[in-house]
Amino acid sequence: MTDVGRVVPEDAGGAWEMVVGLEVHTELRTATKLFCGCANLFGDEPNTHVCPVCLGLPGSLPVLNQRAVELAMAIGTALHCEIRPSTFHRKNYFYPDMPKDYQISQYDEPINVSGWLQLPGGRRIGIERAHLEEDTGKTAHAGSSGRIQGAEYSLVDYNRSGVPLVEIVSAPDMRSSTEARAYATELRAILIACGASDGKMEEGSMRVDANVSVRPGPGAPFGTRCEIKNLNSLRSLGRAVDYEAQRQIALLESGDAVVQQTRHWDEGEGRTVALRSKEEAYDYRYFLEPDLVPVVPDPAWITAVGAALGPLPAERRARLVALLAGAVPAVGEGFPDPDVGVDAEGSPGVSDAEREQILTVVDLGLDGLVVAAVAGGVPARLALARTANEAATDAGAAASLDPGAYTTLLGMEVAGTLSATQVKAILSDLLAHGGGDPVELARARGFEAMADAALVTVVREAVDAHPAEWVRYRDGEEKLAQFFVGQVMKATRGQANGKGVVAELERLARE
Amino acid sequence: MARITRDEVAHVAGLARLRLTDDELERFTEQLGTVLDHAADVASLDLAGVPRTAHAMAVTNVLRPDEPRPSLDREEVLRSAPAVEANRFRVPRILGDAP
Repeated sequence: MTDVGRVVPEDAGGAWEMVVGLEVHTELRTATKLFCGCANLFGDEPNTHVCPVCLGLPGSLPVLNQRAVELAMAIGTALHCEIRPSTFHRKNYFYPDMPKDYQISQYDEPINVSGWLQLPGGRRIGIERAHLEEDTGKTAHAGSSGRIQGAEYSLVDYNRSGVPLVEIVSAPDMRSSTEARAYATELRAILIACGASDGKMEEGSMRVDANVSVRPGPGAPFGTRCEIKNLNSLRSLGRAVDYEAQRQIALLESGDAVVQQTRHWDEGEGRTVALRSKEEAYDYRYFLEPDLVPVVPDPAWITAVGAALGPLPAERRARLVALLAGAVPAVGEGFPDPDVGVDAEGSPGVSDAEREQILTVVDLGLDGLVVAAVAGGVPARLALARTANEAATDAGAAASLDPGAYTTLLGMEVAGTLSATQVKAILSDLLAHGGGDPVELARARGFEAMADAALVTVVREAVDAHPAEWVRYRDGEEKLAQFFVGQVMKATRGQANGKGVVAELERLARE
Repeated sequence: MARITRDEVAHVAGLARLRLTDDELERFTEQLGTVLDHAADVASLDLAGVPRTAHAMAVTNVLRPDEPRPSLDREEVLRSAPAVEANRFRVPRILGDAP
């Protein structure tokens, strides 16, 4: 109730309950479009990946992309759906983003139905369906405002026309904007882990529409819903859902009714607006696409797609939790129970900061580096911190890092051969060069391990230069150790090993 | 009773962006009625036990490998467009939102 309470005016007594369902469209990471061999590429020159099929020229015929079907099945498997025989329909409408004047989509027989997604907190959100369809072309509105309303004409690029999409429709199971964001975040992580999507909301390869309604309390009949479009980030999703619930509550409390309609989120204004539209209820005249035959996945095919699926984010997070708890990874070991979410109560000993690190590392697909480093003897907390805080700054390069080189580098920090500062510098070299030998890179940077004798001299100089601090340290003020480490680091420009400095201080104090 | 009314034909014509004259509305109402009569004949057959089909041919899983093929030349494509600007198709102002 706490999340719901946030959107409810004080005098409403927190009685209203928000109900949210999400429709997520994800573009699939295929080489080609859904029904033709044109390249599926974002950001190229307009109208360079078009052919008679995706331009809707007369006489052209669609042929279904096998990889797109398999990615849809992978998504269905990851979302615990039933994978079924399916058909394609034509959804007829006139709009210049669709040159055929219909969109080919799955209608009453989608490939995936009846699944669920588990939020990291443990709650399960129902998945009604996840079906295949084609994307539309991209329109830009010319004119003074640059928006649809007031535009003088529109310009169309058909590179995106026919790009494969999967639309994932949740049940109306979410009860707060926090849950809606958690669902979208987890779904995005799953889609990335499946290899189905790059999950880039800002580039439009993952698009979220929210159905929002409010009701007087749990168990009451659902209220009239509005569909919110134009949510380009998780932040927009959260803000828009809260705004819309608030708007509906205000309407109902002043005795008005909510009108079922599609509304656009205006990020700048922070509100949803109904678009002027002549007919609210569209008549799409769906009928079976006569140019395509049914897709009937047999059990062997479904099993093969499932077997090719790597471990999903929930399992991978649980594995990192287990590593922090002292588990030692072994080759080919099974994964721990994925139902142990990272913020479930069953994860004692994981701090908030570590939970964030785990989420980051798995989201970026860098957990393999952590597992490899721990298997190579690096303490789990160090491996996790270096991966989440340093490697993650260039996740693209980090994802292709050789785990062996990464383990060697962190091992040099553990052994005290390199300081933390030096390890971070060499890691940035590895990321910038797309790999390399950490030992060679350390030599190239002049990061020879600081000889013990040299270190002893520098520590002695720091102590001599700060006699008052030294006395306080020697008399038991341990935090001053960090002061001396700082002095030594300054003198050596970060080349000293912090642990070695502390060890030398302790030795001097005992003298 | 007729299987389809003149108003229904006018509605469907509107959805298909067809502008029909009164004579044409009359004629198509009659023709579409005949088509629907035929469909009704088929629908009246006893098909209990006959599995439902989604296509005239008993074929499933017609798929192609995910391999790129050359696209059309852009110059050639845009030459067929009624209007072009910045290598995009220029189309009339769009009222309302995409459905």
